Amino acid sequence: MSWTYILDLLRISLHAMVPITLAATGEIIGETAGLFNIGLEGILLIGAFVGALGAEAAGGPIPGLLIGMGVGALIGFLFSVIATYWKGTQMIAGIGINLFALGFVAFGLIQLGAPGFHAVPKEVQLIKLKTPMGSISPMIFVTLVLPLLAYWFLNKTKAGLILKATGENPEAADVAGINVNLTRILATTFGGALAGLGGAYMSVAWIGSVTKEISAGRGFIALATVVFSGLNPLLGLLGGFIFGFFQSLATWIKTLPSKPIPWQFVEMLPYIVTLLVVSGAIGRVRFPKALGVPYRRE
Amino acid sequence: MTEVGPGRRFRLLRGAHRTLTGLSPAFESVLAGLVGLLVGAAIMYIWGYDPWRAYFALLRGAYGGSYEWASSVARGVPLVFTALTFSICLRAGMFNIGAEGQLYIGAVAAVTVAMFKLPSGLHLVVGLVFAALAGAFWSLGPAILKLTRGVHEVISTIMFNWIARFLVFYMVAYVLVDPHQAQRTIAIPPTARFPVLIRGTDLSYSVFLAVTFALFVYFLLWHTATGYEVRAAGFNPTAARYGGINIKRTVLLSFLLGGVGAGLAGASVVMGLPPTYAIISGLPQLMNVGFDGMAVAMVGRNHPIGILLAALFFGGLNAGGRVMQFYGANPVPLEMVRVVMGAIVLAMAIPELARMLPATLRALQGLKRLFERRPHVQEGAK
Repeated sequence: MSWTYILDLLRISLHAMVPITLAATGEIIGETAGLFNIGLEGILLIGAFVGALGAEAAGGPIPGLLIGMGVGALIGFLFSVIATYWKGTQMIAGIGINLFALGFVAFGLIQLGAPGFHAVPKEVQLIKLKTPMGSISPMIFVTLVLPLLAYWFLNKTKAGLILKATGENPEAADVAGINVNLTRILATTFGGALAGLGGAYMSVAWIGSVTKEISAGRGFIALATVVFSGLNPLLGLLGGFIFGFFQSLATWIKTLPSKPIPWQFVEMLPYIVTLLVVSGAIGRVRFPKALGVPYRRE
Repeated sequence: MTEVGPGRRFRLLRGAHRTLTGLSPAFESVLAGLVGLLVGAAIMYIWGYDPWRAYFALLRGAYGGSYEWASSVARGVPLVFTALTFSICLRAGMFNIGAEGQLYIGAVAAVTVAMFKLPSGLHLVVGLVFAALAGAFWSLGPAILKLTRGVHEVISTIMFNWIARFLVFYMVAYVLVDPHQAQRTIAIPPTARFPVLIRGTDLSYSVFLAVTFALFVYFLLWHTATGYEVRAAGFNPTAARYGGINIKRTVLLSFLLGGVGAGLAGASVVMGLPPTYAIISGLPQLMNVGFDGMAVAMVGRNHPIGILLAALFFGGLNAGGRVMQFYGANPVPLEMVRVVMGAIVLAMAIPELARMLPATLRALQGLKRLFERRPHVQEGAK
C-alpha cells in the first residue's frame, strides 16, 4: 500500500463524484423551489445515451455534453410542467421518466448495433489533463466550481431568495407578485440540465461507453446526497465526494489481486453506505415546507 | 301524467352522469394507454420502423387466439403481485418502489426448496411461504428505516433493490448453482411447481393465486377496520393520527403485506412460468418485473380489480412484444414495450389529461389571437 495507490483512489473518486454532484446540485436548486424530481436516474441514463450520440454525430465531446444538457433540460421542463400547470403527481411523473429511460436507452442501444453496450470512439471523448497525479478530466473543475456558484446564487442573490420563497411559502410568494409555477419550472429545468450534463459526462468524458445500466442508481444516490446536504450545495459537494469515494473503493477492491471478498458484496458497498449516511443525516436537516406539493391558487 | 315524463328523463340523465363519473378513472387509464402507444409509435417512426405493422404484430401476438391469450395472462400474473405491492403502500401514503428487490429475494427463497424433498403440493406451499416471508423480510429494512430514522422510502427501497440484486447474483453464482450448468441455479422439482393449466402454454395455476391475492387485498383494504386505517393514514396522515390511528402500525403493515406480494411474484416466476423453473444468471426473467408492476398499478388506478385488468393489458404487451420482435423484415425490439410503459406512466401522472385537449385548443387560439394582434399594436406605437 503505497502513496500512488491512495492518490489513484482519490483521483478515481473525484471522477465518480462528478455525475452525483452535478445531479445533486441541480436537484438542490429544484427542491429549493419546491419540486421533488425522482426522475434524476432516468435523466442521467438518457443524458449518457444522447451525449454519446451527439458527440459522435458532431465529432467532438463538447457538443455531446451540450446535447446531454439540452435533453436533460427538456425532460426537466416536461416534468416541471406536469408537476405545476398540469397538477400531476411528482412521484408518478418521476417514476414515469425512469421507466421511459430504461426502455428508451435499451431500445436505442439495440439500434446502434450491439444490444446493451455501445463504445464511444476515443476521438470524440473529452481529453483528460495530464497532471503529476495522473490524467484528470476537466469536468472535475466544473463540478468543484458549480456548487460554489449555486451556494452564492441561493444565499446572496435576489433570485435565490425568490426561489426559496416559492419552495417555502408559495402563497406568500404569489402575493408578492412572483410567478410560482414559472419559477419552479425554471429551477427544475436547470436541475434537469445539470443531471443531463452529468449523464453525458459519464459516457463522453469518463467511462467511454454507454450501457443500459450506466446510471447504476446514481440518480437516487444524488437524491440521497440532497437529503444529506439539507439543500446546502457545499454539503452536496462533500456528499457527492463521499458517495463517489465509496463507489471507487468498490471498483478498487475488485481490482486487488488477492480478492478478499466476493465481488458481489463489494458492489453493494456504495448502496449500503448511502443508506447509512442518509439515516444518519435525517433529523439534522429541514426541507422547504411546500416541497412536493403542487401549488394551487385559492 | 305529463309531468312524470320530463322528471323521469331528468333522473335518467342524472344516473348517466353518475355512471360517466364512475367510469372516468377507467377512461383516463385508456386515454393514458393510447398516449403511451402514440409516443411509442412516434419513436418507432423516427427510428425507421413501421408502427402499424409492429402494433398489428403485437396485438395479434397478445390476443390473437387462445394460445396468445394464455401467454398474455401468464405474463400478467407476476405483474399483479408487484402492482399490488406498489398499490398497498400507495394507499397507505408511501411510494414503495422496492418490489424489484423483494421479488429477487422471494425468487431465491423459492428456489431453495429444490434442496430438499417433500410430497407434491406441500412442497409448493412451503416454497410459497418461503418466498412470501423472504419478500416481507426484505421490505422490513426500508420500513424500519422509515419508522425509526425517517428515511424516505424512495431512496431506501432503491438502495435495497441494488443490494438485493448483488446478493442474488452471489446466491445464483455460488450457493444455489446447478453443478451441471454454471449459468443457472438448481431447478425447482416438479413437486414444487405450479401445474400447467392449459397444456402447451405458459399458463399455470399461479393465475389463481394472483386473483386470490388481489381479492384478499381488496377485502382487507375496503372491508376490514385495519384496511380502513391503512387507507385513512394514506389519505390524510394528520387527520388519521388525531383520529387515533397508529400510523407506525399501518406503515409497517402495508410494507410487510407489499413484501409478501413481491415475494409471491418472485415465486410465481420461478415456480409458475415454464420452461426453466430456475433462476438464470443475470436474472433475465426477473429483471424489471417489479418496475413494470408500478405501471400496472397506476393504470389499474391502485385498485385490485383495476390491477387485474391492467395486468392483462401489460401481460399482453409483454407477450405481444415477444412476437413483435421476430415479426417481419425489420422487427421491433422488445424494449419498445418498456418505452410505451414509461410513456403511459408519464401520461397517468397528469390528472387533467382528459380535460387537456380542449384546454390546449383554447390556449392555441389565445396564442393565435396574440400573434394576430401584435402587428396592430406596433402600428399603434408608431
